[in-house]
Order: sequence, then structure tokens, then C-alpha cells
Amino acid sequence: MVEYLIDRVGLPGWLAWTAAAALAAVLILNVIAGGALVFIWAERKIAARIQDRLGPTRTGGKFGWLQSLADGIKLLAKEDLMPDGADGMLFRLAPYVSFCASFCAFIALPFAFDFVGLRLNVAVFFVVAVLGLEVFGVILAGYASASKWSLFGSMREAAQVVSYEVPLGMCVVVPVMLAGSMDMVTIAEKQAGWFWNWYLFHDPFTFVIFWVYVTCAVASVNRAPFDLAEAESELVAGFHTEYSGLRWSFFFMAEYGSMFLVSAMAAVLFLGGWNGPVPLATLAGLSEGTGDTAGYLVRLLGMVNLLGKATLGVLVMMWIRWTLPRLRIDQVMTTCLKYCTPIAAVMFAGAMLWQLFLPGGLVPGMRRPAGEIREGWLEGPGGRAAASAPTGSGDLVLVPAAQVRP
Amino acid sequence: MIGAAVAVASTSCLGAVVPPLAVLDWHAVFFMLFAAAACGCALAVVLADNVVRMAFYLVLSLGATAGLFFLAGAEFVGAMQLMIYVGGTLVLLVFGVMLTAQAPFVSIKTSAGEKAVAGLLGGALLTLLLVAALSVEPWRRPGSVGPTEPSATPLGMALVGVRVDEPPAGSPAVGRSGYLLPFEIISVHLLVVLVAAAYLARAKRRKTPRPVEMVASVEPPVSVAEHAAIGREAPAGAPARSGSVLVGGGS
Repeated sequence: MVEYLIDRVGLPGWLAWTAAAALAAVLILNVIAGGALVFIWAERKIAARIQDRLGPTRTGGKFGWLQSLADGIKLLAKEDLMPDGADGMLFRLAPYVSFCASFCAFIALPFAFDFVGLRLNVAVFFVVAVLGLEVFGVILAGYASASKWSLFGSMREAAQVVSYEVPLGMCVVVPVMLAGSMDMVTIAEKQAGWFWNWYLFHDPFTFVIFWVYVTCAVASVNRAPFDLAEAESELVAGFHTEYSGLRWSFFFMAEYGSMFLVSAMAAVLFLGGWNGPVPLATLAGLSEGTGDTAGYLVRLLGMVNLLGKATLGVLVMMWIRWTLPRLRIDQVMTTCLKYCTPIAAVMFAGAMLWQLFLPGGLVPGMRRPAGEIREGWLEGPGGRAAASAPTGSGDLVLVPAAQVRP
Repeated sequence: MIGAAVAVASTSCLGAVVPPLAVLDWHAVFFMLFAAAACGCALAVVLADNVVRMAFYLVLSLGATAGLFFLAGAEFVGAMQLMIYVGGTLVLLVFGVMLTAQAPFVSIKTSAGEKAVAGLLGGALLTLLLVAALSVEPWRRPGSVGPTEPSATPLGMALVGVRVDEPPAGSPAVGRSGYLLPFEIISVHLLVVLVAAAYLARAKRRKTPRPVEMVASVEPPVSVAEHAAIGREAPAGAPARSGSVLVGGGS
């Protein structure tokens, strides 16, 4: 778009860059904020259905479509309260810290091929690192509120999130190992084709570790049954006891943003990313890598795919929340340290051995991605990419991605 | 076309790698922004007198440093900075919160003598660093270090023993000049530390559990320390639990 703005529209370079960057930032911001509106409404409806109620029915027509908007207006009109003994600066800043961490992680998330805020070579690692920072806002909120309930809530959250980072990291490593790259775009591209190319169905070990990832992801975003930080039956409302109005809603935007993010991560790492279960575009003879309208439409279809998968993940999280009872803190730690971590470690070793001894899968020729691999060194000397690369000799050829990309 | 633009464009808290432009040099703007944030927050760490605020400023300073790494195209180092240093400060913050529950630590005042000594030491170190940095000839000319392809792959290959950058092909050391041995030593070392920390932090059990009826009839006076040792009643913030927090953050 920068080239388009400079060449066709005639903007000066710096203005074109600024406009393109602002557009990307605004798009990501709207995914989080708009997503939160829809998900809060969905949460209320799902909770109601699971508890045999109707949920919101009146605001905005039959299904209560506008309930979240009405809530938002109510929150805007609420008074912004702060306790007397609170640490003013930290109390005011804490919600933004949480939201900022959630927002930053979205930058590296690919929504389709090339639809990514910033294509990082270490995207997976970056997302995991930034997602762990969300807990900062919670700890600051708990400390600055000068309330025992808040402090208890935030301390629980700190212990929980830091512990669950260990198994979560181990789960994330497996798709990275299978793809040979930490670039989320590459990982999703390697799963192109029919749904049996997805890493979920790569081997039995990845199938098991996907469920470990789901458990850890639910825990790391503090959703029930792991929502001890805001256990309302014990701690009033946990870390956000003292918050009201818009600041309170920022915590929730961050929470729903993180839920969406870990679901989208699951989609990219295990569920084929933007590749649908049936490779419709490839069957129709279209490629997502081309720059014309057809390629653009294929990428748009991919984005719908990814958003659908991520939304499905969020809905499953809601289903879990309203079905399972909350765990105690010792049960949370037991789940993490005694079950998730060892299972993840064993599955990691298993997936590694499978990759060593059965790299082609049980059925020969079944696992061939239909997408093009654009990172040259992944293919090795005999691969497509190396053949098109300028230097094709040696065991390992490093070809910059820019040269291989069409 | 739009996709390509989205791929390179982002105004984030962590910045974006933007090539130099004619009118407004975004690269320089972001560099100055992050550098100012890093230096200003580092000063604030020294000048603040509340432990939690210090930790918060430290997080901002280290985060801005990560932004500088991203700006320089060292994405792996930047993500590492976020993971290790910023994440590590999280544990510091937890301890800060626990400590400030007690009165003597709520406000930490540094005396003038301490400030003088720290200023002298810091100034000396800064001078040393500046002199060393300015003595490197290529660093004194702007733009002499060309852009590199941001990739973690050569780093990872070097850690498992394959150096793809050097030495030249044909030399007998090809493929054997990596860092596999140091990597393995550090891994095993960290594993030992992890196991030891888990061992120290575990709840200790009595060797011979007493029969239930004895416990019920003769209830001995149990001190708070013993409660913690048995692991029966350790609250979420008590030191008995903090061990596990440290283990998680340290890894």
C-alpha cells in the first residue's frame, strides 16, 4: 500500500508510511475492541443457555444484539473511583498496561498470508513473551488498589501465570520444531492442503499436546476454571475489586483480546492457520501468493478461515467456563506441575522421535502441503526452493526469504 | 499490495523496522523515542523511593531497550529481552509487593553518601563504555553497518554446532565451530538449578506419619513455621509458595 500511496495517490513518502502504519494499528485495535463487544454478548447468551435462561433479550431487538453497546455506554457514564490509600499513578496506569500487552501480541499474529502487522522471524516466541506481560497490569492493579482482596487476587494470578508459562512454552515448541521455523506465517504455510496436513493430526503426540495447550492457554488467560485471580465467591472480584467505569472495562478488553489471541495461536500452530479443511482455492487453481485480485480474494477467504477458527476457540472457552467448577489454588498448581508439564515433555520427546523415524507419516505421500514454502533453507538441497535459489550446493543453504518469495 | 503494506507498517509500542525516508526519518524518530524512554525510566528507577514503582520503571526501561533491539532488526534478541529481563522483573515485582506489606520497606530513602558513591561508580562505568564504543572505527560513521536479514536461524544453527556464517567452505572446521558444548553445559546447569530449586521449595513431610487418633487427642502447639513446613496452611503470598514462583520465572 505504501507503493500505491506514493505512486498513484502522490503522497510524500513519510506521509504514506504514516498512513499505512496507522491503518494497520487501527485495524488491530478494532479486532480487539469490536471482538470484545461481540464476545461479551456471546458470553452472556452462552452462559444463559447453559444455565437454562434466556440472557439478554430486549436491547436492540430479539436477541439483545446491542446489549454490549448499552453496557459500554453505561460504563462510560460511570464515575471513575479511586480508593483513598491507593497509589494513584499505578492505579490509573494498570489497565492500560494490561491492554497494551494484549495489543502488542496482536502485531505479530498473521490473519492470512501477508495479512500480518509485522512479520517477525520469531513471531511465536514474541507472542508468548508479550502475552506473559499482561499479568503486570494485574499485579500493579492489585498492589495499587490498597485492598486485601485485590492483593490476594493479583498474587494468585502471578503464581499461576508464571507457572503455566512453562508447559505453554513446551507445547508451542512442538509445531515450531515440526515447521522448522518460529515464523507464524511459515508455520501456517507448512500446514496447507487438506486437513490431515494440520499439525493436530500430524501424529498422536501432537494430538495430545494440543489439548495440553488448550488447558494451559485457558489458564494463562485466567479463564474459569482457572480464574482464581477474580474468584468472586472468595475475593469479592479479585484484582479489579476497586475499579469501575472505563478502566474496569479495559481489563476486560484485554482479557477478551488475550482469549482471542491464544485461540488464534492455537489455530495457527495446530489447526492449519488460514488454510481451510478443504483446500478450495488450490482446487480451483488459485494461489494466495499472487498480487492480483484473485490472490487477494484467496487471502481474504483465508482470513475468514482464521477468524472462524479463533472465534470457535473463544466459544469453547466460554463453554468450559460455564460448565466446570473453579479449581483451588493447589489444584491449579497440581494441574500445571504434575500433569501438564510432564505430559508436554513426554509428548515433545515423542513428536521428536516420530519426526525422526516416520517423517512421512504412516501413509506415504499423504502429507504433502499444497502451499508453497517460501523460506528457502527449509526445503534442503533437493527442494523446490533450493532449485530456484541462486546457490544450490552444500548441505544447508541459507537463502534469504526475499529472494524465494514470488 | 495492501498485504505487503500491512506487513511492514505498524505503529506499535514496540516499534517497527522502517527504512530511512526522505523527509521524516521514522527510524531516527523511533530510535530517539525508545532511547529517551529507556534513559528516562532508568533515571526514574534510581530516583523513585517505592519498590513497586521502581520495578515498574525498570519494566518500562527494559521494554524500551527491547524496542531498540527490534528497531535494529535483532528480533530474536528483542524477544529474548522481553522474555528474560522484562519477565524476570515480574518476579522482582512480586517480591516488591510482598516486602512493602511491611512498614520499613514502603519508602526507601537513599542517603547522600550512597548517592555520591553510586554516582561516581556509574559515571566511571559510563565513561568506560563510551570510550570503548567510540573507539570502534566503523561505528563512528553513520550507516556503515548495512541492514541484515533478521533471522533466528543462524543463531539456532550455531547453538547446535553449525556455523553458517564462518569459517569459509573447505576449511576443516566447517560445521564444527559452533557453540554446541557451551549450550549443552548451560542446559544441564539450568536443569540442575531447576531441580534443586524445586527440591528446596517442596513441602517437607514427616518421616513417620502419626496415627490419626493421636493427632486428634493430643494436639501439640504448632508454630507458624511448622505450619508452613507441613504445607497445611501456607497462604498464597507466603514465602513457602514464593519458591515455586521463582522457579517458574527463573527458567
